[in-house]
Amino acid sequence: MSETSSFYSKAKATEEIAQRFADLRPPLSAKAAVAEALRCLYCFDAPCMGACPTHIDVPRFIKKIASGNLEGSARTILEANILGASCSRACPVQVLCEGACVMHYQNQKPIEIGRLQRFAMDALYASGDLHPFSPCDLSGRETGKGVALIGAGPASLACAAELRRRGVRAVVFDARPLPGGLNTYGIAEYKLPLAESLREIDLLTQLGVEFHFETSVDAAMLAELEVDYDAIFLGVGLAGIKKLGVAGEELEGVVSALDFIAAYKCGDLLRVPERVAVIGAGNTATDAAIAAVRLGAREVHVVYRRGSEQMSAFAFEYEHARQMGVSFLWYRMPARIIGEGKVEALELVEVREREDGSLSPATGQSVLLEVGLVVKAIGQGTHAEFVQEMQGGKPAKVRMEKGRILVNRETGQTSNPKYFAGGDCTNGGREVVDAVADGKRAGVGMATWLGGHDGDA
Amino acid sequence: MATLETTFAGIRSLNPFWLASGPPTNCGEQIMRAFDAGWGGAVWKTIGAQVTNVSSRYSSLDWNGQRMVGFNNIELISDRPPQVNLREIAEVKRRYPRHVVIASLMVESRREAWHQMVSRAEDAGADGLELNFGCPHGMSERGMGSAIGQAPEYCGQITEWVKEKARTPVIVKLTPNITDIRLPARAAKGAGADALSAVNTINSITGIDLETLEPRPKVDGQSSHGGYCGPAVKPIALSMVQQIMSDPQAALPLSGIGGIGSWQDAAEFLLLGAGTIQVCTAVMHYGYRIVEDMCDGLLAWMRRKGFATISEFRGLSLPRMQEWKNLNLNYRVVARIHEESCIGCQLCYTACWDGAHQCIHLDRMQGGLEEPVKGTDPRFVQHQPNPQGKPAPAMVLAESMRRITVTPIPRLDLHDGGLNRDRPPLGRIPRVDEDECVGCNLCSLVCPVPECITMERADTGVARETWEERSARDQGQKEGEIWES
Ligand SMILES: Cc1cc2nc3c(=O)[nH]c(=O)nc-3n(C[C@H](O)[C@H](O)[C@H](O)COP(=O)(O)OP(=O)(O)OC[C@H]3O[C@@H](n4cnc5c(N)ncnc54)[C@H](O)[C@@H]3O)c2cc1C
Ligand SMILES: Cc1cc2nc3c(=O)[nH]c(=O)nc-3n(C[C@H](O)[C@H](O)[C@H](O)COP(=O)(O)O)c2cc1C
Ligand code: SF4
Ligand code: SF4
Ligand code: SF4
Repeated sequence: MSETSSFYSKAKATEEIAQRFADLRPPLSAKAAVAEALRCLYCFDAPCMGACPTHIDVPRFIKKIASGNLEGSARTILEANILGASCSRACPVQVLCEGACVMHYQNQKPIEIGRLQRFAMDALYASGDLHPFSPCDLSGRETGKGVALIGAGPASLACAAELRRRGVRAVVFDARPLPGGLNTYGIAEYKLPLAESLREIDLLTQLGVEFHFETSVDAAMLAELEVDYDAIFLGVGLAGIKKLGVAGEELEGVVSALDFIAAYKCGDLLRVPERVAVIGAGNTATDAAIAAVRLGAREVHVVYRRGSEQMSAFAFEYEHARQMGVSFLWYRMPARIIGEGKVEALELVEVREREDGSLSPATGQSVLLEVGLVVKAIGQGTHAEFVQEMQGGKPAKVRMEKGRILVNRETGQTSNPKYFAGGDCTNGGREVVDAVADGKRAGVGMATWLGGHDGDA
Repeated sequence: MATLETTFAGIRSLNPFWLASGPPTNCGEQIMRAFDAGWGGAVWKTIGAQVTNVSSRYSSLDWNGQRMVGFNNIELISDRPPQVNLREIAEVKRRYPRHVVIASLMVESRREAWHQMVSRAEDAGADGLELNFGCPHGMSERGMGSAIGQAPEYCGQITEWVKEKARTPVIVKLTPNITDIRLPARAAKGAGADALSAVNTINSITGIDLETLEPRPKVDGQSSHGGYCGPAVKPIALSMVQQIMSDPQAALPLSGIGGIGSWQDAAEFLLLGAGTIQVCTAVMHYGYRIVEDMCDGLLAWMRRKGFATISEFRGLSLPRMQEWKNLNLNYRVVARIHEESCIGCQLCYTACWDGAHQCIHLDRMQGGLEEPVKGTDPRFVQHQPNPQGKPAPAMVLAESMRRITVTPIPRLDLHDGGLNRDRPPLGRIPRVDEDECVGCNLCSLVCPVPECITMERADTGVARETWEERSARDQGQKEGEIWES
């Protein structure tokens, strides 16, 4: 019962969300793209390429935009990064390719690599062409081997594409109704709309990837899959947001940032109360806070127990949130959430940081913040532990550390040779492009291990 | 005080900047506006029997986003009746007596036809005549233009006819579409021409429309050879001007033409012996207003250099153009990368490896800087490419592709991921192996940062010697033996 119809058509297009979440980095016009492409120096062993976790040959695809070879440009991108369109929108380019561009050293604006990459990928969609790659294009034939991939996030998708190009069957299982993992359900809509994530997966599906949705894999099922398939790829990402552990957490109006973001992206949430508090100060917190503003909140507070220097959000995300009018409350911790069935206020205590980094109450006084919605964004937990609870007297013995699956970084292989892994569940939670890079290496690693063609021979 | 005023073949001009014969000099109304903008003279769009032009007529070579690096046209001479042009010449001269108006002429190759045209132009008040022996399209098929310029004997013949009648200076405009431009120049001089102008446009096809397969410019699905001009032709024009001016049998006062758009371009033509310069394409691109900077900039340069008049520096670079055999073989320069301005693009590296002599390396992190400079000259010490076995480009690239990079995340990584935006990492800055550098200039030409790679004098400790001198000295000896010694 593999499902491979168009995912794009399943996106619930809501006009209102589209309007409120207009592109932060709008597309380049054809003329602007060529002008920007011409600025690129065509560096050798380009630093931008080195900084990209998937090592896209940036100057090569940019020169192809300048020369009008858009078809070749998209192919160059996809050769390195099968989710090139999603990455072009989702990547924090300031700390990746664009951050490494040599233009910085000339006091010039870096080349707009992300927007150029999107331009080339959009042109591929507009052309209506098929995917430039096809099943077995690197192996010449089906190998008869098959891999089960747990999770349909970027890591699994990238892995599946490499497997399919090398003639290995790729069967993906995901608990959710749609593929893409956080690429579909988690990335701020003004960067990567849900529909765009699905559009790219539709393209990739042409490689013959099989999907099983709403199928949560547990230890028992994993044991079966291990029997049925030649190898397993674990791309399960991270778990939900951790609990606050304060009174009132169960009240209506207290939500996890991931659920909150997924809800508005799916068009199930169109409005928020006037006042919103977001707890935590990572990228997820800033994304949630900005989303709350766009969904109509008039006052949004980000509450963080330490100072701005320790916040884990990228500096540019913090700037973005401030520009949207989000206020930041430093050295405050929630003591409890107050309300009659529904959230009415958040009680905060002031804390101080000791020499050793631990926190202690500062004044003992507390303040009440009147809010109608509390969004929890204090970091994601892990949920890959189930792979260690294998039944039937055959423990999978996949070595883990602090909830992360340990892998050989070059091949993605775990301590159990039949198991490979990649993405957030191995790297501790980074970005889409890191998951794609992990999945790609693992796909090549698996095909090689399975004795399939590795494509480079 | 420095002045731009100059006299060319007896014609006094307020400055050396003239408009070349072409669309900017089609009619009196235009030329008067050009004089108002500051042009010292104008060569009227070539006058002759009235023609009909095609549509379209121009096309261009664009390069990396820069429009009209080269320009071409299949336009003929003036498509206005000669009497209209001549009446307007009279009017312009009446209103602008101190500005130079030259009548460019082209008629069928009959003595009377030329005599008649010369008289009419001079009667209208032209300060001089320019004989268009250069137009490479259309007119040449009718036995005029470059058909004359390419045959030195015709060139001499017609100049003779014109000189029989002319009272004003006669300038012969030469075509570059010829193997040796000195031959028609000598013929013109022999026939009594007072001056030359060079060059007219060069035969060309600028490109083909890859959708329709039609060459440009398009005329109803077809095209024809066009005359090439604009910035791209300046080096060719400079070379031809130098060839003429260095040849005593050909040299005459010369009006330099071809790709001039700035005061620097103009200064270069003057340094190679031109007395005035003419501009067409740059004005078609940006308008008459460009002359203001040309005057201003040239004067400022003259003051900086201590030249009071154009004649003080005219031709000063000519003796520096030599035959190759007279160049000093024992002079040597090597490339030096100025670390502090390098941005780490490594264009010099790839250029040297693929297009030169494999002597730029990426080994600063591997102690490359500590390698002693021995001072050997690779031109004399026969060498293997890359004698030290430094990593070749493909190896460098493969190494980078293998490196696992992740997004720097503040929460996970101790370093904050903040890249140093002031300086590239040391490992990106290439190093020149001076013992291997042949001093070709390539890296310094490709480097996008001005003055980042300079060519520095490397003393060979050997006295000046030219190829000619060496050949004389080593007469009888084989070349190979010399190198091995
Ligand atoms: C709010 C938020 C915003 C982000 N914004 C950006 C951004 O702007 N740019 C960027 O590059 N990155 C961003 N990221 C990070 C990025 O989304 C992740 O790094 C990336 O999606 C990781 O990919 P993955 O394949 O490892 O895991 P995921 O994308 O998490 O996918 C894992 C999939 O596995 C499924 N799954 C898990 N367990 C099971 C199971 N037992 N059985 C079946 N299925 C299972 C899940 O349903 C999910 O679909 C963001 C993350 C968050 C949380
Ligand atoms: C459209 C066009 C028409 C021209 N017509 C003439 C002409 O009628 N007579 C002539 O002697 N030269 C003509 N020329 C040549 C120019 O006078 C000049 O020699 C040539 O363009 C090179 O100079 P430039 O690079 O400044 O344009 C023409 C050039 C162009 C571009
Ligand atoms: S994938 Fe991301 S990091 Fe890599 S080049 Fe593209 S935009 Fe930059
Ligand atoms: S570093 Fe910048 S200029 Fe160099 S290739 Fe990359 S994008 Fe182009
Ligand atoms: S070309 Fe110039 S800027 Fe680029 S690496 Fe070489 S020296 Fe540095």
